[in-house]
Amino acid sequence: MNKQKQPYVTMKGTKDGLTLHLDDTCSYDDLLTELDEKLTGNEYQNVDGPLVSVHLKLGNRYLTQDQEEQLRTLIRAKKNLVVASIDSNVMTKEEALEWKQKTEVVSVAKIVRSGQVLHVHGDLLLIGDVNPGGTVVAGGNIFILGALRGVAHAGCYGNKEAVIAASIMKPMQLRISDVMNRAPDYKAEERNEMECAYIDDNDQIVVDRLQLLTHLRPNLTRLERRF
Amino acid sequence: MGEAIVITSGKGGVGKTTTTANLGTALALLGKRVCLVDTDIGLRNLDVVMGLENRIIYDLVDVVEGRCTVQKALVKDKRFDDKLYLLPAAQTSDKTAVAPEQMKQLIDELKQDYDYVLIDCPAGIEQGYKNAVAGADEAIVVTTPEVSAVRDADRIIGLLEKEEHVKPPRLVINRIRNHMVKSGDMLDIDEIVMHLSIDLIGIIADDENVIKASNNGEPIVLDPTSKASIAYRNIARRILGESVPLQPLEEEQKSVFTRIKRFFGVR
Repeated sequence: MNKQKQPYVTMKGTKDGLTLHLDDTCSYDDLLTELDEKLTGNEYQNVDGPLVSVHLKLGNRYLTQDQEEQLRTLIRAKKNLVVASIDSNVMTKEEALEWKQKTEVVSVAKIVRSGQVLHVHGDLLLIGDVNPGGTVVAGGNIFILGALRGVAHAGCYGNKEAVIAASIMKPMQLRISDVMNRAPDYKAEERNEMECAYIDDNDQIVVDRLQLLTHLRPNLTRLERRF
Repeated sequence: MGEAIVITSGKGGVGKTTTTANLGTALALLGKRVCLVDTDIGLRNLDVVMGLENRIIYDLVDVVEGRCTVQKALVKDKRFDDKLYLLPAAQTSDKTAVAPEQMKQLIDELKQDYDYVLIDCPAGIEQGYKNAVAGADEAIVVTTPEVSAVRDADRIIGLLEKEEHVKPPRLVINRIRNHMVKSGDMLDIDEIVMHLSIDLIGIIADDENVIKASNNGEPIVLDPTSKASIAYRNIARRILGESVPLQPLEEEQKSVFTRIKRFFGVR
């Protein structure tokens, strides 16, 4: 009597490969068993063919790292299938918080003075100056409404796409990800426009007009946010 | 209940002690009861500048360690008829002889008897600085128009802003040489104030007479003809809450000059 009406695993072929919809109401073990059966029973024709990528849709089921790994191995062991993506509607609170921290824009109104370090995980919007000897560090981008005269380190977790923008760009040092640049030893002429710093194609930090960012980093527009 | 004002700078040699001595004297001349406290234990100077060196019997460490009362350790400046007192630092111990809590207790006690307690802070940001700031309600940051002094002032302001019991610090720019500012060889006042972004409470021109007066143990404020003396008196009046314009003549000249400089795009 334990025959189910609806299968736990539904397969769909798309042009990107195979999409597996996994039921999110049954137990994990049932799911695993049926997935195993389905992939074994339903003999796949071209065994010697190229690898087929599989997209797993979990619905409202949460998988731990171990479970994810188990599914991957199960599918990989079967045939010429390889898991390309695992998509779930659910994430843990920790992951969500981490994601929020890494993507939110933190606005701070203060003057970062000599010897002070301001560290945020996401983007930093500083309403004030960074004085010489002061440091601002952000996991994402750094936007400074005042003058940057100290050290700024954007993308400190390794994001090379990060940028630093300031109304007055007079930094002692600029760092983006693991690339570093310092101010020239000669005194540059005073420029009265806002500037931005980014990593160019040669892996160098370049300072240029702020307006260029529109073309260089279109992802800065946050109207439609994706993760 | 009086106010305790700490005079600090971060960098050494910018004129903390001179400023403390002169502001104290100027406040006393304005009829306030003032107590100067030297917290530079081990390297005391305030007594020398005030000319009270040979009257010291007990010092700050003696008071803190309970060897005598505060009243006994205070040195009275006879020139000012019961208005000006000095609590000298010890010369034989070092900064670790006193803890911030003890300092706070001592300053609180002094505030009962005096209108103003001026605390002369040692250079640096270690124990001595912490002791000096512990009991203060207000802070005056002294700097000179040098990049290194401004940098240290910035650091000190950052530290002072973290002290919740201290009001936002105010700035004194010391030893300005007008001709050097004009020629662009020295930072100008606007630049420093903009950079540090705190209230300016006074500027003092570089004056050789200050050194002469200090060596004689007579604060320059006592000489009413000197420019530096007038500047210190003005700061004292600003501390009392009067609004005194910043030496208008020089400011006017400078702003015209700055305008011309800006016109030609010179920095």
